[in-house]
Amino acid sequence: MARTLAEKIWSQHAVADPGDGTTLLYIDRIFLHERTGSIALQGLEAAGRSVRDPEQVFCTMDHIVDTFPGRSDITIMPGGTEFITATRAAATDAGIRTFDIGDPSQGIVHVVSPELGIALPGVTLVCPDSHTGTVGGLGALAWGIGSTEAEHALATKTLAVAKPKQMRVTYSGQLPFGVTAKDMILALIGRHTASGGIGYVVEFAGEAVRALDVEARLTLCNMAVEFGAWSGIVAPDEKTFEYVRGRPYAPTGEDWDEALAHWRSLATDEDAAFDREIELDAAAIVPQVTWGTSPQHELPVDGAIPDPAGEADTSRRKAMERALDYMALAPGRALAGTPIDAAFIGSCTNSRLSDLRAAAEVLRGRHVADGIRAICVPGSSRVKAAAEAEGLDRVFTAAGFEWRESGCSMCFFAGGEHFGREERVITSTNRNFENRQGPGTRSHLASPTTVAASAIAGRIADVREFAPEEV
Amino acid sequence: MEPFVHHSGIAAPLLRINIDTDAIIPSREMKRVSKKGLGEGLFANWRYRDVATREEDPEFVLNREPFRHATILLAGENFGCGSSREHAVWALKDFGFRAVIAPGFGSIFYGNCVRNGILPVRLAEPDLEAIALHVDAEPSQQVTIDLPAQTVTDAAGADYPFDIGAGDKEMLLEGLDPIAKTMQLDEQILAFRERDRAARPWIYL
Repeated sequence: MARTLAEKIWSQHAVADPGDGTTLLYIDRIFLHERTGSIALQGLEAAGRSVRDPEQVFCTMDHIVDTFPGRSDITIMPGGTEFITATRAAATDAGIRTFDIGDPSQGIVHVVSPELGIALPGVTLVCPDSHTGTVGGLGALAWGIGSTEAEHALATKTLAVAKPKQMRVTYSGQLPFGVTAKDMILALIGRHTASGGIGYVVEFAGEAVRALDVEARLTLCNMAVEFGAWSGIVAPDEKTFEYVRGRPYAPTGEDWDEALAHWRSLATDEDAAFDREIELDAAAIVPQVTWGTSPQHELPVDGAIPDPAGEADTSRRKAMERALDYMALAPGRALAGTPIDAAFIGSCTNSRLSDLRAAAEVLRGRHVADGIRAICVPGSSRVKAAAEAEGLDRVFTAAGFEWRESGCSMCFFAGGEHFGREERVITSTNRNFENRQGPGTRSHLASPTTVAASAIAGRIADVREFAPEEV
Repeated sequence: MEPFVHHSGIAAPLLRINIDTDAIIPSREMKRVSKKGLGEGLFANWRYRDVATREEDPEFVLNREPFRHATILLAGENFGCGSSREHAVWALKDFGFRAVIAPGFGSIFYGNCVRNGILPVRLAEPDLEAIALHVDAEPSQQVTIDLPAQTVTDAAGADYPFDIGAGDKEMLLEGLDPIAKTMQLDEQILAFRERDRAARPWIYL
């Protein structure tokens, strides 16, 4: 029977049928971080259980740890130290490899796991973090879970999961200049809403997806959760295999050859049926910026802020009115040109080396506008080191950006460092929720290049006007 | 885990779409490595005029009578989207909620509810609106949920059937420990691992 890529990985990991509509799936890899991992490990210990196969479990410090140079266990976030020390102690007791503060492999979990070859094509990977689907960009079946489910995965090496429905989103054609994977996923969410993917695993396919490099595919899958999807996935190809080859935890020697043969079989069969298919014309996508407080509140950068009066659905209209009020924006006005206070490049969505290179291209020889606070937080310590080796840090700092240690940083406000009340931030992160980046802070999601261009302009800007078109 | 079988209680309407887990429990309110005491931080940014002093916003539904005593939350589409933080469920539970009724839920949040004895009920928007209408008219009238029968009954006595997966239903009804349940299949898990180790040795670090 013809099957989708996700169905193949699913059935390859099916251990048993518990007889209640779920499948007991074998979990190859588990990742933890100090925000939610600590409580999972503590819960496990309190129940008198232990971690099965700790060699396949990893932990990193990313959510709470500061991103200032010289950081330590002491955090700006009140009480943050407890999260770090409790996680470290529990992970050490359990024999879990931890990428701790100061470790050259420390970084944001979803940046670290592909970078180190922990996430691989065809594996199942879970983490008590909603952006775990990111590594679907390698062709892994990965999804976010809660802390209690994490205990289950740690104790049994399995999870009982109800099989999601299958969706394929096909991006045909080629992306225009200045348009990125971030714009592709925002365009999808804008058109099909933040709940459009509920209940589905989404395979991203089509010419424009095949043309993306692996890091961009990670960005695409990262925000599948913002579409409501259970997860996202891209079929692995030669680019993926080249990306994985030689990474610290990737297979080597004979194992590599066997793995490669297996990975090459991981594609959706030609006549496989999807429960839902969506097609988008990649060539018609322009740089996207959100205007409101849900990722579905997005606009082409050259668009006008929508009028809720034109929305027939009452709940959506009310949400739009509330969002306009929170964001202090008026319907009908152009989004581009809106003055900003700050710019942020970082997060598991857009903080990889390719993101920093692209933003640096926009920033090179330019400077952020007066009064703009601009911050770049590399996604991992390895990304930071690689960026510094090619001089990107100097491009950022010369342009007026702060250059930080890696971590989740100001993607979210946890009581520590944050953007100000009523401050308008253009950000390469994934969530523009109310108060997400600070109490009363107004967040506009965009690609790293759009963030860079806007930082220079001091207002929301169209990146296509900022760089010469490549020939 | 406390089982969920039948429940009657005050239903509080918060019919906004895309209520995310950051709104349910702001990250700032997750102060300790603990599941306890999170009810005070529930909806903190909406519930308090000043989060620091806990000065209440009298307009917010949970600050009004009888909704201070609500045990059922009526919410809009995609409730619990966003972050995986299970603290959102622990906060709802600590406040006293036993069930949330919405047209749809964030997928991780839904699973977290089931694992903590909170029933997530998916009801179509017209049904939800009908229940909310009765709540508006008679806020003190209780809404009743019958999990074995899979129905919600509003103050006027109208029944609304809902769907739930068999595994989730069983877990809620019996308050089962899912790990203990899975360990009954442990022989199969270990056998799978042995076969898999031979077939995919590169997985085993």
